[in-house]
Amino acid sequence: MNKIISIKDLSFYYGDFEALKNINLEVEENEVLAFIGPSGCGKSTLLRILNRMSDLAENPKVKGEITFRGQNIFHMDTIELRKKVGMVFQKPNPFPMSIYDNIAYGPRMQGIKKKASLDEIVEDSLKKAAIWDEVKDKIRKNAISVSGGQQQRICIARAIAMRPEVLLMDEPTSALDPISTSKIEDLMSELKKQYTIIIVTHNMQQAARISDRTAFFLLGELIETDRTETIFNLPKNKKTEDYITGRFG
Amino acid sequence: MHVKHKDRIVFTALIGISLLTITVLLWILGYVFLKGWRHIDIIKLIPPIVATMYMILIGLGISAPIGIGAAIYLNEYAKGGKFVERIRFATESLAAVPSILFGLFGMMFFLTTLKLGFSMFSGGLTISMMVLPTIVKTTEEALKTVPVAYREGSLALGASKLATITKIVLPSALPGILTGVVLGTGRIVGETAAIFLTAGTMYKLPKNLMETGRTLSVHLYLLAKEGISFEEAYGTALVLLLVILMLNICTYLIGAKLNKNRGR
Repeated sequence: MNKIISIKDLSFYYGDFEALKNINLEVEENEVLAFIGPSGCGKSTLLRILNRMSDLAENPKVKGEITFRGQNIFHMDTIELRKKVGMVFQKPNPFPMSIYDNIAYGPRMQGIKKKASLDEIVEDSLKKAAIWDEVKDKIRKNAISVSGGQQQRICIARAIAMRPEVLLMDEPTSALDPISTSKIEDLMSELKKQYTIIIVTHNMQQAARISDRTAFFLLGELIETDRTETIFNLPKNKKTEDYITGRFG
Repeated sequence: MHVKHKDRIVFTALIGISLLTITVLLWILGYVFLKGWRHIDIIKLIPPIVATMYMILIGLGISAPIGIGAAIYLNEYAKGGKFVERIRFATESLAAVPSILFGLFGMMFFLTTLKLGFSMFSGGLTISMMVLPTIVKTTEEALKTVPVAYREGSLALGASKLATITKIVLPSALPGILTGVVLGTGRIVGETAAIFLTAGTMYKLPKNLMETGRTLSVHLYLLAKEGISFEEAYGTALVLLLVILMLNICTYLIGAKLNKNRGR
């Protein structure tokens, strides 16, 4: 397996508060890696550092190094980084414009103006996000008018339209109903053939169902990373076991 | 007393107060309409209407770009701190300055120091300073209503900050910004003190920026104060009300159209 992202001795501070302590983690190509742990354990923080959305926080401070395909991301242009490392948020956040314009937003930013190319990207992305059949007759309609589950798949399509290599998903189904959730989970197993997926989830069954590997975080520390079956059946660390079996969290 | 009765009394009282507000408004409107509708002499009112247009165009032409720009800086770029607090404090203080003081300052600075004379330009410059806080404030409020999720969504797609602001934030905030601009227009149309000290009071058609003239409000003020003709004053008042009503309807229509386009 090829390493696509390597995190070395990473600590992260919001002002004086140390949100992440000395994290070391490798992400492999085309895997689904799940981050689990109780609220405030730093899992979302780490996810947001990976495409440097963390820059938007107040007084962010980073120690250590993260490389993406060998390049230190803190020396990369954020625009370049975010093109390659896409993100899907917890609450679906389609822009208040047509479905078509939502998907074409990123490619247009990159200077693609030809209608034929944009049409192709839009259709291809919506198909990959398994929503084309549901919206193909209304891609000129406002993206806000469709259901929450459809909005989230539109957001996934919007991220895919950038042809990223990594997709970061921050609890992408926590605001959705069970049917939409299972659609998105199915979609993820399809997407991992082409992309590397890192997903933060509060739902341990979800982590167990969809991920290849799982990383358990607690109070800003990475406690354990392993194959998902191992984490859920034979965790090495007592804290992981307590969390998995629901003794705290 | 029984809780239900208390509830009912408060409810009735609140309805009464609301009705009173509407009644006062309708009363004023009805009174001006009845007194004025026979005395609208539109030919006579053309010079003041033109002068009012000058004020709106110059006032907004200067204050809108500056105000919107300042609000974008304060809300999107500045990250708090003393400097921003001071700008906000200054803006709010500016909003609280009585308009006659703007007039006095305008007269001293634009007329005396810069020697622009009583002119549309002097008046427009003065009035633009006066509406600046309104525009900054309402634009800031409008920008604040744009969800952070939109900004994050755009940045996460590799859009630059500038692109995020122009393509996502400003279009979403546009109805609110336009409301601010119309509120500013309302203040310009209704202003007298700051304008007659700078644009002048002469009844004539201003043919260019550097000529003097009187706006509708100043015209109304003089007609009433000098006791020239109360009938004409009511006619002018009615036209003034109609102009303001039209502005409000325009904002409403623009807002409704934008919201419809954006699917809200």
